[in-house]
Amino acid sequence: MTSVPAQDKGKDRAIGAVRRIWRSISVPLVAVLLGLLIGGILLFVSGANPFEAYGALIKGAFGTPVAVQRTLEKATPLVFSGLAVAFAFKAGLFNIGAQGQLLIGAIVAAYVGFAIEGLPAIIHAPLALLIGGLAGALYGYIPGVLKVYTGAHEVIVTIMLNYVAINITDYLADGPWKDLSPGNVVARTPKIQPSAEIPILGNIPLGFIFAVLAAIIVWWLLYRTTLGYEIRTVGLNASAAQYAGIRVARMVILTMMISGFLAGFGGAVETLGIVGRYQPGFNAGLGFDGITVALLGKTSPFGVIPAALLMGAMRAGASQMQFSAGVAKEITDVITAFILFFVAADVIVKWLIRQRDSDDERIMLSSGWGGN
Amino acid sequence: MSNNDASIVLEAKGITKQFPGVLANDRVDLTLRRGEILALLGENGAGKSTLMNVLYGLYTPDAGEIWIKGEHVILQNPGDAIARGVGMVHQHFQLVPVMTVAENVILGSEITKLGGYIDKREANRRVRELSEQYGLEIDPTIEVEDLPVGLQQRVEIIKALYRQADILILDEPTAVLTPQESNELFRIMHDLTEKGVSIIFITHKLKEVLAIADRIVVLRGGRSVGAALPSESTEASLAELMVGRKVILQVDKDEAVPGKLVLEIDGLHVQDDRKHEAVKGLSLQVYAGEILGVAGVQGNGQREFVEALTGLRPSTEGKITIMGEDATHLTPRRITELDVAHIPEDREKHGLVMPYSIADNLVLNRYYRAPYSKNAILDREKIAENGAKLVKQFDVRTPSIYTHASSLSGGNKQKVIVAREFSRPVKLLIANQPTRGIDVGSIEFIHNQIVAQRDAGVAVLLVSAELDEVLSLADRVAVMFDGRIVKTLPIEEATREKIGLLMAGSEA
Repeated sequence: MTSVPAQDKGKDRAIGAVRRIWRSISVPLVAVLLGLLIGGILLFVSGANPFEAYGALIKGAFGTPVAVQRTLEKATPLVFSGLAVAFAFKAGLFNIGAQGQLLIGAIVAAYVGFAIEGLPAIIHAPLALLIGGLAGALYGYIPGVLKVYTGAHEVIVTIMLNYVAINITDYLADGPWKDLSPGNVVARTPKIQPSAEIPILGNIPLGFIFAVLAAIIVWWLLYRTTLGYEIRTVGLNASAAQYAGIRVARMVILTMMISGFLAGFGGAVETLGIVGRYQPGFNAGLGFDGITVALLGKTSPFGVIPAALLMGAMRAGASQMQFSAGVAKEITDVITAFILFFVAADVIVKWLIRQRDSDDERIMLSSGWGGN
Repeated sequence: MSNNDASIVLEAKGITKQFPGVLANDRVDLTLRRGEILALLGENGAGKSTLMNVLYGLYTPDAGEIWIKGEHVILQNPGDAIARGVGMVHQHFQLVPVMTVAENVILGSEITKLGGYIDKREANRRVRELSEQYGLEIDPTIEVEDLPVGLQQRVEIIKALYRQADILILDEPTAVLTPQESNELFRIMHDLTEKGVSIIFITHKLKEVLAIADRIVVLRGGRSVGAALPSESTEASLAELMVGRKVILQVDKDEAVPGKLVLEIDGLHVQDDRKHEAVKGLSLQVYAGEILGVAGVQGNGQREFVEALTGLRPSTEGKITIMGEDATHLTPRRITELDVAHIPEDREKHGLVMPYSIADNLVLNRYYRAPYSKNAILDREKIAENGAKLVKQFDVRTPSIYTHASSLSGGNKQKVIVAREFSRPVKLLIANQPTRGIDVGSIEFIHNQIVAQRDAGVAVLLVSAELDEVLSLADRVAVMFDGRIVKTLPIEEATREKIGLLMAGSEA
């Protein structure tokens, strides 16, 4: 009476897990294939050989150890921004502001990286990362507080804050934090101290390992802690959360801060691991692509990793494709757009693979019509 | 075959409708004769709504035939059904509150003058005509939002008649009415049938079926399990058909032994979502070991009252005292920690998180405490153990504790909430509509649980729009009207008639 047979429990869980995983990966998987198919048609129509082009793309992304490294480097910030967006989604919040939070994190990390001298690497790099993340968290705090206390919708506020972030960073990089070394005319910060750099281990950027760890931590936080339970409850049913005694307002602010932290951390990793300084334009779109990554990854922390890798691979391989197949590399953006389109319009994909909406949804529908 | 019988206006043969995982209708037969009231009786999930949606063209059946007035028809959408004279009054009215009665009636088939202008005069005339013809007594020029619920329902009926419906499907029409309004509806239904309209009346209230139906068809588990005549049936016999076993309709309970004062509310004022005052100086007391039943027609401030009491909504004035502690402005969590259990009115909005497993739902307001978590980390094993224990103890019918709450039936959803709320120490139980829309078996179970709590010394505040529920459970009955408790009676003095009048706002 007090416990279930362990066997049943395991079986229940296993069956549930397999079904859940298939449910969640089937749509993105088919969406990717459809996106590539349409991209292939476009390539063909524009006179290129799709197989050749895709071959070059894959080679450019995975063909050599250096190519793999480039793919991982491209994927790293996307994992972070994808996690940021996915995390906010769990609380029912749409954080369009990952871009802004990422920029703030990137430039603050750059400042800590170049301005502080004489720290050992073991302290300097983690410190710069942490402060970059915290700067992002602070920037995420703003839309959270505005939503809770004024009702301003986070989508509007974060969109506007993205522009604010662009202008702040442009100003800093061309003003107080500008690289004043002789010969420099462009807006950018000085190069960070070697002690703040994040190394590359063989061909694996350490930043990518951080990204994978971040995904694990986010998963653990969401599904194994009371905080995660609270956040998910708020996202799935705010009224029930209130009933359960969860302080919804606090959760909204906290979620935006954690989301901002992830994005800011991603920006810091980019600065310290790849760019080596802050330079306007170098991080363009990384936060926005986080939205794509989060959607493609079905807002699951572990889904974000393959989604980011796919996007990273397309970015890394695009030049090779342009070079050897003579195709404009913008075609990868078109493919990405189509993939996202099919993920968003999942009805089309579900119809194609004959996957019905989950039983739950259907039964609800059947009793929904004046049922009770 | 029987189609030759001219008096049959509608016939369904072998209707089968499958949803993923559920056979909602399994070879159901149904015949409706001209001018009769056919009661379709069944528990929630028995397939009544599915069958009606098939007849109204909202669903296409997987198998089976529909014959209307001797003609085999295939209904692709409600338009097809309406064209053949089938009209449906849904439980949730589909009216535009800011439009007049006549405007609502003609919506979708407007009478226009030259140039596309709506001919309001003609619309008013036609609605008035219909209203007189069928004894509906309604002014076509009034805005719908100013009408009481009972009259809004008549607007729905006129809407159907205006579209020349002579087969009316009424889906649980009495759920929102006072006993007096229900009687008025029955009179109208009677008048309609005299004028040749045939009615299918969906309900789960046995008394009403016996009072008004000419014939009764009972559905259970998607099948038609029997037909009956009211003259040959009793409430008990119908309940048995519905549930498939004997049901004790009367709650078996001993005399209450009231103890000390547990809940005291003094002059409470609460605003609704639109900032209108919904609770206007409500006062009541509940003692340990008794059930205070609050009767009232829905929408008289019950929701706002209970939400204020449980910390979900601020109160503007007045005082709430629980076990001697001022609980007027406490958070929901603080109130829960005073050992207050709350069965919320809307189980899907407040009571459960639909995409969560049953196990997770069973710790919804205790997840943060030992043994379910330690140092802010959830103990999945303990949560699962608790789930398995409660599912068994409270007879929740589910394949697994990891099943999502959304796939449970209404009765089982409610059992999950009851299990959660009753499985911890409770001093005060606040139950708002604890059995709305659930099957008889679950109602019986939940009623017994509530009485068991009372007998264990819990103070119970039961708020319900089902008068029968209040009368069968309560030890004292408080009648709520227009945001106040207008009268409190001991159960011995609480007759249906007296309470009904008080519910309608007239002093008994």
